[in-house]
Amino acid sequence: MRGWFIPVVLLIAAIALPFAVPTYYVQFVSKAFIMGILAMALNLAVGHGGMVSLCHAAFFGLAGYVLALLSPGYDPASLLLTLPAAMLAAAAAALIIGALALRTRGVYFIMVTLAFGEMLFFLFHDTGIAGGSDGAYVNAKPEITLAGHRLLDLASPTAFYFVVLFFLIATIAVLTMLVQSPFGHALAAARDNERRARSLGFPIYRIRLIAFVVSGAIAGLAGYFAAAQFGFVAPQMLGWHLSATVLVMVLIGGLRSVTGPLIGALVLIVLEEVLKASTDYWKLIEGLIIIVIVLALPGGVRQLWPMIFGERSEEQPAHQAAPTIAEGRNG
Amino acid sequence: MDLVTFGVQLLNAIQYGMVLFLVASGLTLVFGILGVINLAHGAFYMLGAYLAYWIAAYTGSFWIAMVAGVAIAFVVGLVLENVFIRRLYGRDHLVQVLLSFGLILVIDEAREILFGKDVHSVAPPAWLSGSIQLTDNLSYPVYRLAICGFCLIVAALIFLVITRTKIGMIVRAGAENREMTRVLGIKFDVVNRYVFAVGIALAALGGIVIAPISTVFPGMGDGMLILSFVVVVLGGIGSVAGAAVGALLIGLTDTFGKVFFPSVSSILIYVLMAAVLLWRPNGILGRREV
Repeated sequence: MRGWFIPVVLLIAAIALPFAVPTYYVQFVSKAFIMGILAMALNLAVGHGGMVSLCHAAFFGLAGYVLALLSPGYDPASLLLTLPAAMLAAAAAALIIGALALRTRGVYFIMVTLAFGEMLFFLFHDTGIAGGSDGAYVNAKPEITLAGHRLLDLASPTAFYFVVLFFLIATIAVLTMLVQSPFGHALAAARDNERRARSLGFPIYRIRLIAFVVSGAIAGLAGYFAAAQFGFVAPQMLGWHLSATVLVMVLIGGLRSVTGPLIGALVLIVLEEVLKASTDYWKLIEGLIIIVIVLALPGGVRQLWPMIFGERSEEQPAHQAAPTIAEGRNG
Repeated sequence: MDLVTFGVQLLNAIQYGMVLFLVASGLTLVFGILGVINLAHGAFYMLGAYLAYWIAAYTGSFWIAMVAGVAIAFVVGLVLENVFIRRLYGRDHLVQVLLSFGLILVIDEAREILFGKDVHSVAPPAWLSGSIQLTDNLSYPVYRLAICGFCLIVAALIFLVITRTKIGMIVRAGAENREMTRVLGIKFDVVNRYVFAVGIALAALGGIVIAPISTVFPGMGDGMLILSFVVVVLGGIGSVAGAAVGALLIGLTDTFGKVFFPSVSSILIYVLMAAVLLWRPNGILGRREV
């Protein structure tokens, strides 16, 4: 525990940010926070649950599509109605995909989640739902109205930023409570030694499925706000390249903490922005950087902290992260 | 559906399944022997198709394109194994997934620099470019038949090598129990390198033979990667015979799905995969608890 000092300073900085920088940066940080929520959601499955999922973009995109489909033409949708609907849809998709995929282990799980994620991609790409491969517009940002009064209008970038910040903090709180609860310990036990956890009587399948569904629902939360921010949804939102990119964020941030993936998301998004601005071949550079990070820093950039600050890190390196997966081949 | 149409669709299904088998067998071999999940497999399929287009345009010969394309892919495979992949052995799958994702980004961008991002078509060899007249208004392209024949030969070769040769014995033993095989004195660093290169070459070969009947476009590797994964999940990881079964099942499902249920054809193979997962989570021919 580093105490309360750093989180409080960060929170004050986050609250002060919209008053200190131009609108463009407020929107940019909102986008980074949304990706941070997605990365933290994914890490519940990957880091805490040992389930390497390649279909979280599908939950993310599905929730975005729910907002697009529920938005009434050119009028704003009601946040209090559409957000739960979007998260529920993502959770339902996660329940079905998870129930099937969790019948498998390790590398099978990766392939099966990838395939089912692509199924959702093709569902929106090939059929006429919401514009097919062209995508669909979310013409007006959602709002909260009460008795005809508009309490909250996401059309203002600052209001949008604060709503995203609120959900970011809520996500951190929920995930932290979940990870530290008996449920979270059981999930970690199943990840570290499945056989032992099973023989202790934990219902592994159900625990993993619940974690997967919660993770999918939070990914849906991120997708809802991503769709609201861009005002547009396209099948690419569901594609596995996004899932893999978010996995990179998770790895950069470190697998063992709740907020690590948020840092990973910020790092990767800033990196992409810098690369895009400086070269046409930014994907080439990004690919090489990913390869170097994967080979050199299996514990994420947090591995660098002890080297820089000279203190011992609490994090375990990631190559110890998934013994269940490694066991799969030899056992 | 009359008998001739049925026959034509059946041929299409088999031909599609055979190409799938070429690509997926490379994937399943690499996983079975190296224990590495390679997401960049589809990228090499795409690269094979672009190499076929580029070399065929340069030399005017599809055959030169085929031989040179496979050779280039093989060498690239040897180099990649030496530089990157061998660092992944025994690492957890997350690291393998992300490293191969990084490779995809690099390969995609390299393709854009070398060949651009245009959609291309490749002409089949002249003597295979005709069609066989089946009825008055129905004909079947010779090249598609040639693909069936060619893939059958390659598949037979793969099976012969795996079941009848010493190399095949090492490969089978390695897939079964790598530690034990290593203890028995098999040098896996050499075996790994060549298996990976062969896997990459098979992916590229799939891209090369498909180039004349499909278009060559940047995103073609992604679709093939997913299909290969479904094939491997259906058949069982590491099993080449399983890959053959899975590939033919997908060929049949996809082709006849498009005929009978055109509106939902794109998700039929996933329904098939879900069914197999419920029935046999380790794949139809998978034996080990994974």
